[in-house]
Amino acid sequence: MKNHENHVSSDSLNWTVLVILLILTAITILAIKIHLGAFTVALALILASIKVTIVLTYFMHLKFENLLLRLMVGGVFLLFAVVIVITFIDYYFR
Amino acid sequence: MTNSSTSVPLNYLNHKTGLWSWLTSTDHKRIGLMYMYTIAIFFCVAAILGLLMRIEKLTPGQTIMTAQTYNGMFTIHGIIMIFIVVIPGLAAVFGNIFLPIMIGAKDVAFPKLNLFSWYVFITGALLGLYSQFANGNSPDTGWTFYVPYSAAASSNVVIALTAAFVLGFASILTGLNFIVTIHRMRAPGMTWFRMPLFPWSLYATAWIQLLATPIVGITLLMVIAERTLHIGFFDPSLGGDPVLYQHLFWIYSHPAVYVMILPAMGVVTEIFPTFSQKPVFGYVPIVFSSLAIALVGYFVWGHHMFTSGISYESRWFFSFLTFLVAIPSAIKVFNWLSTMYGGSVDLKPPLLFAISFIFLFTIGGFTGLTLGSLATNIQLHNTDFVVAHFHYIIFGGMGFAFFAAIHYWFPKIYGRMYNFKWANISWGFLFVGFNLLYFPLFVIGIQGMPRRYFDYDPKFQTGEVLSTIGAFILITGLILMISNLVYHSRRGAIAPANPWHGVTLEWQIPSPPPHENFDEIPVITHEPYRFDHPHTN
Repeated sequence: MKNHENHVSSDSLNWTVLVILLILTAITILAIKIHLGAFTVALALILASIKVTIVLTYFMHLKFENLLLRLMVGGVFLLFAVVIVITFIDYYFR
Repeated sequence: MTNSSTSVPLNYLNHKTGLWSWLTSTDHKRIGLMYMYTIAIFFCVAAILGLLMRIEKLTPGQTIMTAQTYNGMFTIHGIIMIFIVVIPGLAAVFGNIFLPIMIGAKDVAFPKLNLFSWYVFITGALLGLYSQFANGNSPDTGWTFYVPYSAAASSNVVIALTAAFVLGFASILTGLNFIVTIHRMRAPGMTWFRMPLFPWSLYATAWIQLLATPIVGITLLMVIAERTLHIGFFDPSLGGDPVLYQHLFWIYSHPAVYVMILPAMGVVTEIFPTFSQKPVFGYVPIVFSSLAIALVGYFVWGHHMFTSGISYESRWFFSFLTFLVAIPSAIKVFNWLSTMYGGSVDLKPPLLFAISFIFLFTIGGFTGLTLGSLATNIQLHNTDFVVAHFHYIIFGGMGFAFFAAIHYWFPKIYGRMYNFKWANISWGFLFVGFNLLYFPLFVIGIQGMPRRYFDYDPKFQTGEVLSTIGAFILITGLILMISNLVYHSRRGAIAPANPWHGVTLEWQIPSPPPHENFDEIPVITHEPYRFDHPHTN
């Protein structure tokens, strides 16, 4: 199997990502104060998903991996999403 | 290289000696054996519990134990068999021993993590054992830990839940190790479609282990939080929803059935070509049917909940998908039979067990479709029919595949042969005993005998007595088989490197294998199962 080169991220990129994550965390906390009813949880999950994607992409170097690995990780999240959707379809129709 | 004192060639069994060398070994083959011995001990304990339950059912009313003891026993039996024996079973034992060899590697990708997995497994297993005996208060929830009862029961539920949680970690780590090993450590020239089919089945299994196990881990933690912190996740009295527990539990526990059965399918897929001396029929369909089973198997969990109050739309959706998952399973059965067709069939013990696997698994599969149908499910749910179906799939499938695997790879693992005559006799006892034990349960299940009941209506006694007689025959077969294997692992005739004329890589190295498997990493130039190739025959 061929070894691929390790990618080293620049400090500026790491700091930028960190700042974005902190801003999103702040928005998550502030969003609790807005009364969105059942959508509060949905908003929190969406913001958390964005943060996860950023961490995976930059801090875990998925952006610099080969296509197969990126597809595999994407597939995992797709699977997870489908499982959640199927579960909540039951609640919707019950 | 030889061991100078005994002139025995150095191999993974004798290159280091002493208990400490085993407990600290990162050799995948030794770790696989440690899993096997641990699992075998727990299997024997759970099998004896099963026999005691069958004796209890000989007569209506109390026979040898109280109702509460019976409840504890079927819970212990289920927890040990499912979480300690069947889920890790084939992957942790034969996957560990043979995956690296079959893909031409010297070890798994993370050998230390592999040893750590075993220690995590042992910790979980001991914790599970402790939960059965602490304060004489063994869990009585059944292995499924359904709420609201498991949230309120006064027995050792929290310890048992923690044990299952810890055992899940071992499963995840093994799955992760196998995925990385298969991606990164295949020998030069071993493309994906030159990989034997047992590693393919382990690959599909590992993905399920990696993705589904965390869900049940979190779910069990939520039950612990509900019991200890009174957070209302599932308990209606705390504002929770018990059906949500069932969703989360079966999101893992149905794919877990495929963690059990996919490696079993992989094992018999190795055995049929070898004992037919013929390439496997339909290599590519078998690969994709493994992946399809792993994928579709994720989305059928709701068929365990048809009578639990889920919506009508969900019920037909899950029923439809349940029928879909039968297709890739049927493809495999067709391929196995076609592999034998026209081949030079040699009915040695591994093949006997493998053919039995097809027979028993097919009965389990068809009765699974009966349970997957919405109308019949209403009648059969929570009856002994489910118990029979489940055991035909798990014991008849995974169990007989395990027996096939140990008889197939025994000469490679120990470098010795077992006694064929006694292996055949033990097979006879196991096969007859198994069917006599479980088939009557289909009949009394259809007649309305509920599962997990300590007592029963006298009209079911004929079925119950036949089943108990079957249990005794089955246990006799187990004793004969284990005695034959244990005795000959040290005293059997020396096995050649390739006693069955197999063509995959494990048969091209000495028996038992050297410490690091290969002096030189092999270069793969052709597809597996080429019986006409000069380098493999």
